[in-house]
Amino acid sequence: MEMIKLTIDNKKIEVAEGTTILKAARQFGIDIPTLCHFELGDMGIENKPGGCRICVVEIEGRRNLAPSCITEVQEGMVVNTHNIRVINARRTVLELIISDHPFDCLVCAKSGQCELQHLATQLGIREIPYKGEQSTYRKDTSPSIIRDIDKCILCRRCEMMCNQVQTVGALSAINRGFMSVVAPAFEMNLEDSPCTYCGQCVSVCPTGALTEVDHTNDIIRALSDPSKTVIVQTAPAVRAALGEEFGMEPGTLVTGKLVAALRRLGFDYVFDTDFSADLTIMEEGTEFLNRIKRHMAGDTSVRLPILTSCCPGWVNFFEHNFPDLLDVPSTAKSPQQMFGAIAKTYFADKIGVNRNDLVVVSIMPCLAKKYECQRNEFKVNGNPDVDYSISTRELAAFIKLANIDFLDLPDEDFDDPLGESSGAGVIFGNTGGVIEAACRTAYELYTGKKLEKIEFEELRGLEGIRSATIDFDGLPLNIGIANGLGNARKLLDEVRAGTSNYHAIEIMACPGGCIGGGGQPYHHGNSEILRRRAAAIYTEDERKTIRKSHENPSIIRLYSEFLGEPGSKKSHCLLHTHYFPKSNEVTIHR
Amino acid sequence: MHILVCDGTGCRSSQSGLISEMFRDELLRKGLKNEVQVIRTGCFGFCEKGPIVKILPDNTFYTQVRPEDTAEIIDEHIIKGRKVTRLLYLDPDTQEYVSDSKHMGFYKKQLRVALRNCGLIDPENIDEAIARDAYQALGKVLSEYTPEQTIDIIKRSGLRGRGGAGFPTGLKWEITGKNPADRKYVVCNADEGDPGAFMDRSILEGDPHSVLEAMAICGYCIGASNGLIYVRAEYPLAVKRLKVAIEQAHQYGLLGEHIFGTDFSFDIKLRYGAGAFVCGEETALIHSMEGKRGEPTNKPPFPSQSGYLGKPTNVNNVETFANVPVIILKGAEWFSSIGTEKSKGTKVFALAGKINNVGLIEVPMGTTLREIIFEIGGGIKNGKKFKAIQTGGPSGGCLTEKHLDTPIDYESLTAAGSMMGSGGMIVLDEDDCMVSVAKYYLGFIVEESCGKCAPCRIGNKRLYEILERITKGKAVPEDLDKLRNLCNVIRDTALCGLGQTSPNPVLSTLNNFIEEYEEHVFEKKCRSGQCHDLLYYVIDEEECTGCGACKRVCPVNAISGEKKQPHIIDQKICIKCGSCMEKCQFDAINLKNEYKSTTVSV
Amino acid sequence: MSTKTNTENHIANECPYNGSLPEVEVKIKLTADKIEKIDAICRSFDNDPGELINVLHETQSEFGYLPAEVQDVIAQNLRIPVAQVYGVVSFYSFFTMTPKGEHPISICLGTACYVRGSEKILEEFKKELKIEVGETTPDGKFSINCLRCVGACGLAPVVMVGERVFGRVSPEGVKQIIAEYNN
Repeated sequence: MEMIKLTIDNKKIEVAEGTTILKAARQFGIDIPTLCHFELGDMGIENKPGGCRICVVEIEGRRNLAPSCITEVQEGMVVNTHNIRVINARRTVLELIISDHPFDCLVCAKSGQCELQHLATQLGIREIPYKGEQSTYRKDTSPSIIRDIDKCILCRRCEMMCNQVQTVGALSAINRGFMSVVAPAFEMNLEDSPCTYCGQCVSVCPTGALTEVDHTNDIIRALSDPSKTVIVQTAPAVRAALGEEFGMEPGTLVTGKLVAALRRLGFDYVFDTDFSADLTIMEEGTEFLNRIKRHMAGDTSVRLPILTSCCPGWVNFFEHNFPDLLDVPSTAKSPQQMFGAIAKTYFADKIGVNRNDLVVVSIMPCLAKKYECQRNEFKVNGNPDVDYSISTRELAAFIKLANIDFLDLPDEDFDDPLGESSGAGVIFGNTGGVIEAACRTAYELYTGKKLEKIEFEELRGLEGIRSATIDFDGLPLNIGIANGLGNARKLLDEVRAGTSNYHAIEIMACPGGCIGGGGQPYHHGNSEILRRRAAAIYTEDERKTIRKSHENPSIIRLYSEFLGEPGSKKSHCLLHTHYFPKSNEVTIHR
Repeated sequence: MHILVCDGTGCRSSQSGLISEMFRDELLRKGLKNEVQVIRTGCFGFCEKGPIVKILPDNTFYTQVRPEDTAEIIDEHIIKGRKVTRLLYLDPDTQEYVSDSKHMGFYKKQLRVALRNCGLIDPENIDEAIARDAYQALGKVLSEYTPEQTIDIIKRSGLRGRGGAGFPTGLKWEITGKNPADRKYVVCNADEGDPGAFMDRSILEGDPHSVLEAMAICGYCIGASNGLIYVRAEYPLAVKRLKVAIEQAHQYGLLGEHIFGTDFSFDIKLRYGAGAFVCGEETALIHSMEGKRGEPTNKPPFPSQSGYLGKPTNVNNVETFANVPVIILKGAEWFSSIGTEKSKGTKVFALAGKINNVGLIEVPMGTTLREIIFEIGGGIKNGKKFKAIQTGGPSGGCLTEKHLDTPIDYESLTAAGSMMGSGGMIVLDEDDCMVSVAKYYLGFIVEESCGKCAPCRIGNKRLYEILERITKGKAVPEDLDKLRNLCNVIRDTALCGLGQTSPNPVLSTLNNFIEEYEEHVFEKKCRSGQCHDLLYYVIDEEECTGCGACKRVCPVNAISGEKKQPHIIDQKICIKCGSCMEKCQFDAINLKNEYKSTTVSV
Repeated sequence: MSTKTNTENHIANECPYNGSLPEVEVKIKLTADKIEKIDAICRSFDNDPGELINVLHETQSEFGYLPAEVQDVIAQNLRIPVAQVYGVVSFYSFFTMTPKGEHPISICLGTACYVRGSEKILEEFKKELKIEVGETTPDGKFSINCLRCVGACGLAPVVMVGERVFGRVSPEGVKQIIAEYNN
């Protein structure tokens, strides 16, 4: 590759052709502030509209300042990133952006995590010289996401995520000039749009324009009500990311501290969603094997491939976009909902509490889970199986609110009986993890043989679409994996066209899987964080003595005591669900 | 004999359509249908005096013709050979009637190259265009020149983009031509959006074939077989004539497969704008043609590298294209002999505002503003005093008396703090408030900003708000510094050409008319009396009878005075509702742009 | 409350999801012939998303405006999100989601007209018709819009009513223009 020589801030440097000034500068330790620019570089996700003009630099010989994030280096270029002209322009532009932004940082959900706030501190903004009219819009609250687009700075990251990466198409830039903003069609409620609540827009929003619906207060109310028994489940991906909120290195596993913290917060029982992930494998794996067997026996009424159904964002996506393929996904509920159903039947009966007095809380890396637990089919006489779902971020804030010294907590164990899990349950947090867990169980159940090597390395990685053929003792099974809904769409289009040769496909809505979920600590575009979280998940799996779902003693006991067989009538009633076509037709209510 | 009736938009709106109908009816009635032909032409340019009717072959130029004049013109001129004097142009200086446009001040200094056929041919009849050499240049290029040779002619001619920035046209073609691709596009930018500019419209309406022909030549040069014209939907007549022209060119084999029997094929499609000024910027225009929001993107990549559908695309504006065929036919040397050292050829301007001869003009580069305003334009309307001329639309600036002898070309206009722009020229007189003029342009920019980049989206809004404060008398001295800083930062940081040039109307007025700004800010005075909030209701002591009617009607008790003594209005309390003035029966209350604060009695 | 266990209750309530989703919203529907018209327009452009603006032009000239449900049908035909269609519609001032009056009045605010007093003309129209720019009179007769340069600067200030151009309009002439259409 051709190397380019140039000068930045009097430093003579050499970088590869095609490098932007911003990257070149950062390679040599010169930090140019940015705002709209965002990338998860090696995952092919980037947002470079060149709109905020914060990263402008002076290139000698050019009339105007140039945006460093999209201007490529040229031989002999002389760049000044911080001279007076640049500083003044950058500050003025920031003052302008802030002049059209509410000044309510005190009560803003993003305070402390806000990139605009951070930039204001960095550039030393003390007053707003350009006061004037502010653009104002309607606030919109959906089951998962709150849009307060008075705070939108038009960085277009959410629009990029929603359209390019997720292909959901719920958001677009609308209007023109001063009133331009990113919103659903006709400024309708997110709830009426094709939004899947994947929360990727929230995870990239630099300001408080897009935030999650916070249920912490509901949980505090439940915890302080003596008539309620409050139990909590925590998803696999939470333990691999929560530590970041307390200054720990990305990829630090905090399972034990997490349990301890939840106990100190006052939950009566601290359980693990990994347990119900194992349960999911039992149900989904059985369903998968049944479909394969019937298919091989020539039953044309069964549809292949089978698709995983753990991810509520993904479920929303196919209900909206593939209403003709509703019989393809597995009917198994997600681990969150399986947990709720078991908790409010098996466990409630065990401890002799009426389900109305049992409050089930989930800690999830996800925002769509908030919506999922509100779905009507997961309620009995109006009482939801899972009452409240809060994100990793909300939990961190809750722990800080309770003044718990997280770093100093001892490691504690989950409670029984819904706390025991296998390594297969843990890896649900990574893209490829669900299908790997399924393979571990399905292989042994189908072949009757013990797996030589438990890790299916060929199913791992962060690429958007992956595929592998797994040898089930002479039966080659084609497995597809997609993370990110745009990638899912590609695989589903093949299924619809009848050109897909997969037997099973795992889909997770978020890039990287649940570790990159919309409710996780903000990664601010650092894809290395996602890698470390993924590695942590696999470490947790390795540390487990039991690594296959069907070997989890609590699961075995649950079937023998309560459910009978996987796929039994009782299992079907409690652990399986139906899907509904969702039209994308316009419905407007404001 | 021919009767040419202007059918440009200006004249059409004063019933020129009806006029040609009536000519035809009258000729039919008089049995002259076969001897005399009525032709609806494109714009003659002299819109102020429209509707225009011209009689050939004697070149008689009738102005402000009304439908009821048609019979007289036929009876007198056509049949009896006597000119209808009262419809001829009256030279305001000599007070003599002029019958041939060549001798009219408006036309004397003009040189029509791009507008060569406007007003001479029926734009909906390709035969008339061909009779005036249309498609000859295309034939010549296809049979005699290689693409490289053709590009060389354009380069040597010195033709530069007429859309504003003045990029050398030949060089643009060469760059696009050299970028390898399986498909390339020629795009004609006909999204003329400057408020007060209608050059491109007149060419499209008056001589659409010149543009089609040039696009085909460009296609041949750069290796493209697809052309697109992005035309404003607000120009229905231009759209209609383009459609007719494209169809006729197809019928004659001048567009389509194997043009002139060669291997070269070229087709042209229309794309419509939808009311967004920013789409005049080429990257925004391309996005708009792709069915998206017309938001510009950073350059590079330039359209010549990655344009429409990601393919190399050559974008030129209408007037640039209209020059091309003549350059091919008459030669690069002929073209480069016109104009100044760096700006060759002619430029079309839409001359409007407080000037006697509003219209469309084409002059050699290097003509001075003085010549344009006082000779071609016939001076300032109603004998008022010239104050400024705004060139270049919202991207340009206001030039003053001291710039009048500047020869017009790209560099000198930029040096003077304005720009060529696409060619709007608005003349302002002493009654115009320069702060209000700047505010008008900023209002336009705020409305038309696409919103993509922060400096343009928010910065121009703030500029507008400051200007509004100034015109309302609510500004503080620091506002002037803020104006300047904002202007400089927006120019430095905005994403596209529209944003970068948007502060020009403010900067140029700040530079040339700072005293007017200061009067508004410090003295709360608008010397031209245009800013309503800086007008004061003042009671004339001489006229006031002290009847007290005004005092009784004042809703805020701002008026005081003893009975039968002159009353006085306290300007600090007055809300300028105007009730007192309405009530006063003695015309003693007037609106003035200043008041003597010393007369306020205690 | 019965003495049944939680599990028995749940099973008794078996498959609560078998019921259909409650219909809470009223969908805006277009008549079949209108949908067919839109479909035909989209088809004439090969349902190409790149032709969105042309499709919108044709559809607006067919219906007079582009209400939400019309945009929705277009989005489905061109296989693009309706948010994207709305993003385009709300960007370009030529497209409107509110029906224009029977006699749409457009006041030119181009520079030539502006310096010759078109703002006063606009004010006069607003006062006479008691509506703001972009609005339609309650009887649906008139609507007011602004435009930039009709290209008839020689006649400034210029007002268009429908396709007809009125030149050299004075504030006093406004009443006359309205009266002409108001019989």
